[in-house]
Parts: sequence; C-alpha cells; structure tokens
Amino acid sequence: MSIDGSNSAGLSAAHSPGSRFTVTRATPASTITLLIAVPMILILAALPAFANRTLLQELFYVFTMLALAQLWNLLAGSAGLISVGQQAFVGTGAYALFAFTVVGGLDPILSIMLAGVTAGVVAIPAALIVFRLRGAYFAIGTWVVAEVCRLILAQVKQLGGGTGTSLPPDVASSMIGLDFVRNLFTVRGPAARDIISYWLALVLAVGTFVLVYRLLRSRYGLALSAIGDSEAAAESTGVDVFRTKLFIYVVTAIVTGMAGALIFLQKARISPDGAYSLIDWTAYVIFIVVIGGIGTMEGPIIGVAVFYLLQYYLAALGSWYLILLGGLAIMLMLFAPSGIWGVLSRRLDISLFPVRRRLVGPLKHSAGEQNGES
Amino acid sequence: MILTLDNLTRSFGSLKAVDGVELEVAAGEALGIIGPNGAGKTTLFNLITGLLRPDAGAIRFDGRDITQAPPRARCIAGIGRSFQIPHPFENLTVFENLLVAAIHGRRQREAQVVDACGDILERTGLIDFANRRAGTLNLLGRKRLELARALAGSPRLLLLDEIAGGLTEAECSELVELVRAIRQSGITIVWIEHVVHALVAVVSRLVVLNFGRKIIEGEPRSVMASAEVSEIYMGIAA
Ligand SMILES: Nc1ncnc2c1ncn2[C@@H]1O[C@H](COP(=O)(O)OP(=O)(O)O)[C@@H](O)[C@H]1O
Ligand SMILES: [Mg+2]
Repeated sequence: MSIDGSNSAGLSAAHSPGSRFTVTRATPASTITLLIAVPMILILAALPAFANRTLLQELFYVFTMLALAQLWNLLAGSAGLISVGQQAFVGTGAYALFAFTVVGGLDPILSIMLAGVTAGVVAIPAALIVFRLRGAYFAIGTWVVAEVCRLILAQVKQLGGGTGTSLPPDVASSMIGLDFVRNLFTVRGPAARDIISYWLALVLAVGTFVLVYRLLRSRYGLALSAIGDSEAAAESTGVDVFRTKLFIYVVTAIVTGMAGALIFLQKARISPDGAYSLIDWTAYVIFIVVIGGIGTMEGPIIGVAVFYLLQYYLAALGSWYLILLGGLAIMLMLFAPSGIWGVLSRRLDISLFPVRRRLVGPLKHSAGEQNGES
Repeated sequence: MILTLDNLTRSFGSLKAVDGVELEVAAGEALGIIGPNGAGKTTLFNLITGLLRPDAGAIRFDGRDITQAPPRARCIAGIGRSFQIPHPFENLTVFENLLVAAIHGRRQREAQVVDACGDILERTGLIDFANRRAGTLNLLGRKRLELARALAGSPRLLLLDEIAGGLTEAECSELVELVRAIRQSGITIVWIEHVVHALVAVVSRLVVLNFGRKIIEGEPRSVMASAEVSEIYMGIAA
C-alpha cells in the first residue's frame, strides 16, 4: 500500500510539476458525434453497393458543394476574408485538369492533385493583390481576379477557347481503378466512373472537413480568429497577419482547385463561363454557409442539406428559384444572422464540433481526484 | 535605457499630435504620463508600438533602433500594450485571447503557456470568465482583458493606456497592487492615466503632455504641484 501511495505521488510530481490548468474541448455531444460520424462515413462509402446511379450523382454534387462551403467558411467565418471570387480556383483547377489529361496525357486522379497545386500557385500572386484591399474592396478584388482568369482561359485554343471543350472518352476510361470497380459491382463503364467520382467526392468532403476542423483548432485557427476580430490587436500581440492570411488563402485555393477539377472531371465538359461561374461556385456556396451558420463546422452541413432540398423541389421554377434563394438568404441575415445552426446551438447550448478551448481550473480538477492525498 | 524617444514627431494634417517628444525610460522604472484629452498620449503609444509611423525622430528599444520595425517585431522584441479603447478578440474565449499573445508573441507551444495564462487570469480577476466569449464582457472586463492579454505576451516594457477609469475605490486599489506587483517582477511600465491618485501610487516619475509637447517631467508630487500643471491641467488634479 505504501508503495502504491509513494509511487502515484512520484508519478504525479514527475508528470508536470507546476501544471495546475488543463485545456479541453470535448463535450459529451462532441464525443457522441464522433462516434456516429465514423460509421456514417463507412455507410456512405459502401453506398454504391445498394444505391442507384442517380442518387450517387446527387450525392456527388452535395459532397463537392459541402467541401466548397467549408473552404469558403474557413476564409470568411473566422478571418473575415469575404471572397466572392472562389470560382477563380474552381475554374483554374478544372482547366488544369483538362490541360493535364487532354494535353499532358496524365491520369485523371493524378491530375486532380496537380490541379490543386496549380490553383495554389495562382493564389499566391492573387493574394498579393487582394490583400492590399480592405472590406468590400477585398471582395471586389477577388471577383476581378476570377474574371481575369476567365478571360485568359477563353483565349487558350487548345482548351476550346471561349466555347469550351469536352473530355475525350478515352481520358475517362483510363481512370485508375475503373476495371476493379466494374468487376466489383458488375457494372458498365459509365456507372463505374460515377462510383469512382462519388468516392472521390466523399474523400474530398471528409478530407476538407477534417482539414478545416484541424486548422481551426490549431494555433493558425487562433490567429485567424484574432485577425478577423482586430487586425491591429493581432499584429500588436505578435500574430504574423500577412503570412497567416496568405497561408490560409493558398491552402483554401489548393483544395478548392481540387474540388473544381473533380467537378469538371465528372461533368466531362468545360467552358470559361461554366468553370468560372460566380453563381455556381460562389453565390450558392455563400448561400449554403449563411443559411447553415457562418463560422461553425456544423453550419455548412445543415446549409448544404437545406440547399439541396430547395433545389430538388424548386429548381423547376427557373429564375423564381434564384429570387427565392436570395430572398431567403436576406431574411436570414436580417433575423438570424448566425444561421440555422447558430440559433439551434444557442437554444440547445450544444456544439457537435467544438473549436473553442475550455480552461479547466485547479479547483475543479483537484477536488475529485486528489482529495485524500497530501 | 530600455526605451529612448528622440525628437518624436507625428502630425495628422495640420495637427501636430506628437511634437518633438524626448523621453528616456530606464529598465525597471515605472513612468506615468498625464495630459488633457487630445494631448497626444495614445498617439505616442501608437508610435512606440508601430501602429503609426513618425514623421520625424527615432525610437530605440533596448539599444536597437526600432523606428522602422513593424508592430509584430516590436511585440516579439518585448513591447506589450493595452488599448485605451479595448480591442478584444471577440469570437475567442477570454483564455484564448491570452493564448494568442502567449503563443504568437512569445513564440511558444500551447502546452507550455497554459499555466502562465491561467495564472494571469487569476491575478487579473478574470479566471471566472476564462471560458466566456470575450465579446460578452462588459467594458470593465474588456479593460482587464487588455491588461491580461498584454501580460500574456510576457513583455519587458508594458504600455498601459487608461486602465483605471470607471473602477470603484476597492477595484482601483486592487489594480494599483497588481501594477505594483508587475513592476516588482521586473517589467518596465509606462502608464497613461487620468486617475492620478492611482498613478502616483505606483510611478516614480511623471511626464505631462499638452498639445503633443512634453511640458514638464519629474517626481510626481512636485510635478503635480507645479505651476505648469495647475495652469493647463487643473480639472483632474483636484
Ligand atoms: N488616426 C488619427 N487620425 C487623425 N487624427 C488623429 C488620429 N489619432 C489621433 N488623432 C488626433 O490627434 C490628437 C491626439 O490624440 P490622442 O493621441 O488620442 O490623444 P490622447 O490620448 O492624449 O487623448 C487628437 O486631436 C486626435 O483627434
Ligand atoms: Mg488616449
């Protein structure tokens, strides 16, 4: 007994001599969420075994939009970098995919990676321009960058110029793993392609989510929030404002470019207007984030679900559908600026993916465990 | 000298907000700055921390000329400040506000600074608010957070801009004790304050600014009793 006692005392002393405070983030709700998320992702991964092609195609769209929404939210929700030019990186990634596959003859999946790198490289000079601008001018600057990209790509004859071009069938059929999927599910080529695209979109959505979540919880996330709240105070407390913003902008561009490449690999047809579409790749994305709740991990998930349902039931209304979306977004900004998840999380006092740290003080910490020891 | 200001000058249009200020602060010293509203006190801090660039003159910190250094470099070199109008990181928790300063200003890992931040929260009376969003604090809480966050960067020179306004008598004496303790821990302090009785309880030297110029400096009691101060600065001494 005495050995036990001295042993544990020795351990706790060695553990960390002056450690009085600890930091945690987990809550019961966040632990349960993680426990549910893993089997859910596994079920989604196994879905091609049961689901029909239409469902897979719809989910492909949902996953890619979710990834774009998480990325836009990383810029806008924490650092306050309101970009209306993310189509610059969707389009550049998409065109890079076409260039690497059609002109360069590379494998499509490898080309998606390279498309991300290309978008990241384009983001560096773009950042040097737009970071000189503040507030609304920053937003306008990001849009101008996208327009410049669109106009340049419209001049490239090898990629179809202003009217665009299609992906040759042999590019799609050269995809790694196509034969494997065909045999596994005993399906034809086009269906097998949809399955691979679906898996890639799932990997993209989950990967983006994990990346954004980890970034927000890291020292970069801390710095980003500080920058969003007060650039002067952040700079005065030692935050490298420029490098932090540049880092996050380039990382976002890389993943946005990969999303663009994947989206247009699936579409198999590209044009400057489609690839650099403000409505498709930024306006809808902003709608998703604002509806769901800006600045949270949960918001884009809820937003993309709402967006999908609205589109499913109302897209037939044509331009009235767009007016409806806009109206809904404005109503929400006026009456619930924190979005659906913002309202819910406050009502229920719950956080499924907590980003903020909780300091656990010495009193609560020692009361339970070390009562008898002295 | 830890801080030397040489002929420091800064104008806004035709207004000379800081006008040829010469100042020396010795390491370990506590210096007070008083002066009417608009005298240029906050502008002086903005020049020292680099948020504003001077039109003329030089700033030396710890023997190095930092006149052209960006704010971040000055923070890392050891200059910490509180803002007169609080600039909390509203969407972070109070504890995380300190973490930003400790991790980025002191360039340390998170695990190494948690205890130090917790200690500062206790000393500044913010420990019960540690996990609250900073945006939910009232003005008093925000002012305490300014001081706490500046301390979390473990500065060697601490610039305090009007932190005692609006406090009760008891809170004010607590604050005086805290600033004294900070000084005793070896941190040099320059404190701008309208609450003169709090200021003179801590500082050993007083500088008076008016219209951007240094009017008089010296031992607090004799400065407060001087003809210059009673002339330009009557309201507050009473
Ligand atoms: N950024 C600025 N732009 C223009 N005028 C300023 C600025 N900052 C301060 N001033 C002016 O400079 C003068 C000194 O201001 P300040 O340093 O804030 O005084 P104090 O802190 O002593 O009250 C005031 O007249 C103020 O209006
Ligand atoms: Mg002032």
